[in-house]
Amino acid sequence: MGGEIRNGNVEKATISIPEIKFTKLFINGEFVHSISGKTFESIDPRTEEVIANVSEGDKEDVDLAVKVARQAFDHGPWPRLPGCERRRIMLKFADLIDENVEELAALDALDAANLYSLGKAKQIHDGAELIRYYAGAADKIHGTTLKMSRELQGYTLVEPIGVVGHIIPWNFPTQMFVMKVGPALAAGCTMVVKPAEQTPLSALYYAHLAKQAGVPDGVINVVTGYGSTAGAAISSHMDIDMVSFTGSTETGHRIMQGAATSNLKAVSLELGGKSPFIVFDDADVDRVAPLALVGCFFNQGQICVAGSRIFIQEGIYDKFIARLLEEVKTWVVGDPFDPNVNQGPQVDKKQYEKVLSYIERGKKEGATLLVGGKPLPGKGYYIEPTIFTNVTDDMTIAKEEIFGPVMSIMKFKSMEEAIKRANGTKYGLAAGIMTNDLNIANTVARSVRAGAVWINCYFAFDNDLPVGGYKMSGFGKDMGIEALHKYLLTKSVATPIFNSPWL
Amino acid sequence: MAARRISSLVSRSLPPLSRDGKQSCLGRGIYRYGTTAAHEEPIKPPVTVEYDKLLINGQFVDAASGKTFPTLDPRSGEVIAHVAEGDTEDINRAVAAARKAFDEGPWPKMTAYERCRIMLRFADLVEKHNDEIAALETWDNGKVYEQSAHIEIPMLARLFRYYAGWADKIHGLTIRADGPYHVQSLHEPIGVAGQIIPWNFPLLMFAWKVGPALACGNTVVLKTAEQTPLSALLAGLPDGVLNVVSGFGPSAGAALCSHMDVDKLAFTGSTATGKIVLELAAKSNLKPVTLELGGKSPFIVCEDADVDKAVEVAHFALFFNQGQCCCAGSRTFVHEKVYDEFVAKAKERAMKRNVGDPFKTGMEQGPQIDAEQFHKILKYIKYGKECGATLETGGDSFGTKGYYIQPTVFSNVQDDMPIAKDEIFGPVQSVLKFKDNAEVIRRANNSPYGLAAGIFTQDLDTANTLTRALRVGTVWVNCFDTFDAAIPFGGYKMSGIGREKGEYSLKNYLQVKAVVTSLKNPAWL
Repeated sequence: MGGEIRNGNVEKATISIPEIKFTKLFINGEFVHSISGKTFESIDPRTEEVIANVSEGDKEDVDLAVKVARQAFDHGPWPRLPGCERRRIMLKFADLIDENVEELAALDALDAANLYSLGKAKQIHDGAELIRYYAGAADKIHGTTLKMSRELQGYTLVEPIGVVGHIIPWNFPTQMFVMKVGPALAAGCTMVVKPAEQTPLSALYYAHLAKQAGVPDGVINVVTGYGSTAGAAISSHMDIDMVSFTGSTETGHRIMQGAATSNLKAVSLELGGKSPFIVFDDADVDRVAPLALVGCFFNQGQICVAGSRIFIQEGIYDKFIARLLEEVKTWVVGDPFDPNVNQGPQVDKKQYEKVLSYIERGKKEGATLLVGGKPLPGKGYYIEPTIFTNVTDDMTIAKEEIFGPVMSIMKFKSMEEAIKRANGTKYGLAAGIMTNDLNIANTVARSVRAGAVWINCYFAFDNDLPVGGYKMSGFGKDMGIEALHKYLLTKSVATPIFNSPWL
Repeated sequence: MAARRISSLVSRSLPPLSRDGKQSCLGRGIYRYGTTAAHEEPIKPPVTVEYDKLLINGQFVDAASGKTFPTLDPRSGEVIAHVAEGDTEDINRAVAAARKAFDEGPWPKMTAYERCRIMLRFADLVEKHNDEIAALETWDNGKVYEQSAHIEIPMLARLFRYYAGWADKIHGLTIRADGPYHVQSLHEPIGVAGQIIPWNFPLLMFAWKVGPALACGNTVVLKTAEQTPLSALLAGLPDGVLNVVSGFGPSAGAALCSHMDVDKLAFTGSTATGKIVLELAAKSNLKPVTLELGGKSPFIVCEDADVDKAVEVAHFALFFNQGQCCCAGSRTFVHEKVYDEFVAKAKERAMKRNVGDPFKTGMEQGPQIDAEQFHKILKYIKYGKECGATLETGGDSFGTKGYYIQPTVFSNVQDDMPIAKDEIFGPVQSVLKFKDNAEVIRRANNSPYGLAAGIFTQDLDTANTLTRALRVGTVWVNCFDTFDAAIPFGGYKMSGIGREKGEYSLKNYLQVKAVVTSLKNPAWL
């Protein structure tokens, strides 16, 4: 194992764990028990111990949440407020997020093993920033007046789509919440949010802050629970107008089926990936090796755009591997509350076991294990950063999304070959291109069938930069103005005109 | 504070208000305008004048010449303060500071999000000092305090928040070319923007001009002076990004327009001055110019209109802000079938207008801005009488002190009378009669101006026909003076060039760079 390993003992953490304030469903502005009264356990992945017992929402809770969201949309103030008023409330919401950074960062570290220091210094503020971005968009939703071919006045009205169901994953609870809720709020929609059962806590906290900011009751409802029950109830609900899902491709199929067999609700899917990170001969190894490491191992590899297939051109291959090995030695695994740590535990036992089984498959199918490959001893779902070389395109670890700290390295000769192999996947979420050659950069950028291409950078997310998949990585964009338009519908209006001096 | 009487260069103009500016103007018909309201001693404004200097490179400084000019209280003609009088030398210093702030940063080099946050903080500060700024505005300008405090200052904050939201959403295009080329358009800030604003809505004009310029990453030299620059500094605006020079048109204004190092001009004021501004830009460095100029806007009441509502809105359209609006509905065209009823009710409404000290609660109309405007308006009223228009009510000054004028209504106005042709910029309503749509379209368009129009009708076809036929920049159907941060505003014909507010205003402060890169082996074109 190359990296420094610190076992994830809670005793080591110097940060005081916040009291868990919100564990019930948030419906119509109130925290309420689930109708069944059932709860489920939210587990601390560092210790495998229970953090809190959270209300387990099921179909009837979703029904109730949809009913109030429907009421809030059909008769409530939210879609009827001028955009500048929605903006005002959203700006207040963003300010409240900034004011509660420490607690929110702690919740995500506890629940999702997101790095606490990073959350506190950046990620939670980024969430507030994204809310501000969409706040600023709320009064800039424009339809168009049209150039009609006859004596008609034509125009489009852009209207909120209605009640939205958001089903969000566990890897970045904050970012996923604001990414879905922000544009839907700006558009004037009302919504039911189902956070992942692994990470329900911060979503409930955000709902509480939104209410404090002045978001009217019924506009944001949070139903915590499982995908097969609460999630399925959302995707097949007859009174939800649109479902926006981020998660696995496998679940994406089920969401879309639920929509297809119920009311044909609009669907937006941000699914899995197996994104290529392509390093050309002219790349600056000192810059690129650390980027490759972060691009694959950040957040324990639990990121849909992870650069999990590293293609390295043969001329730079040995140099790159040497530099990568050096770099991985500085990569620290341990308690996410420890400011020196780069990588925490996997989110739960199931993911942990799944990642380990992929590592075994890699070994068995003949890839060379360069570093890592083992779980950490002791409590918690920690796995060593793992790098395989000599990986071939047909191996399981090169084909499937592992969602763990497992990097697969492959060698290539020509640009044409890299393009062909990079595209040889059912996924198309992101790609990294490492070169200073303008022609290579432009050619590959246009050739890769992926929704986000980062040239000499990776994870260059931005409020204004839309992200979403090609192929089976999904459809529809999150972030940017494009995401706002997912939550809007266009109505075309035409009326005859007479004696117009121009047409 | 101060210099809104910024000379002949900025002699007058432009528009007002928010969505519904009517609350201070409707109802409450307690006094006839002939009461003694204006004879009482002026109410002492609850504010002191702290800022009477130029703002250059983050510092409040005296004019290079050391000269000042008095700013007067239009309620009494007395001096409120002596304000630094900027001239060419001051403009040069301000432009140099703005140039440095643009070329060296940090403003245009900051992330758009950071610019957005600073502008949001500025809006918060404006809101916090709402009443103080409103009091200064009323004291200096004579406009009704309730209008300043409840409509204009909140609208200023709204405009800044609106443009703050644009800062990080300024998108160029990637463009499909006819060949193996990768094409992008970059929308870049234009540089140093010179802005000249009028006295009728100093703060709103400040927001219309400065908001989009800052959001796009430009630096600004603004000719006028107000309370607001201090708040901008507190908000974290870097030195040199916003410079404010008060002074006179022929000196400071002309220096700004002719400056070789100013990249863009935006002017709001009279058509006569607009011509000079454009000429100076042409003679110097060909800087692009946005102009918002005068108007003589038609307000058309069709035969099917709800007369009571039309009377009220037509009254508001003309008398709002003492008639000192560039888009004032100053030609009230009324269909012959409802003409008599309309004139009687318009007269009745004007007679109920509450005129008096703008600091007094319930007032609808304060004094005109200054002696020059006051005398000019009285001269037009005289022309109206001499030309044979029927004076229904008003027709004279009001009170013994200050620049108050009676709300005045003329009927039987003909198209060739000066009161139907010229921009009066005062509380003088001219009512004209028409027979059919074709006639009113022709007459409404028979003006060198084309700023705005109001249409009152319930008939969809009439509304659509008139809307498209009128050669004006804004058409209000069954409403008037409906302003909003997102609605573009500007003139056809000699009412100006370009549009302000909304997304359209960003274009004034951006320039487009096309970037074309040859492609090798593109996967698609």
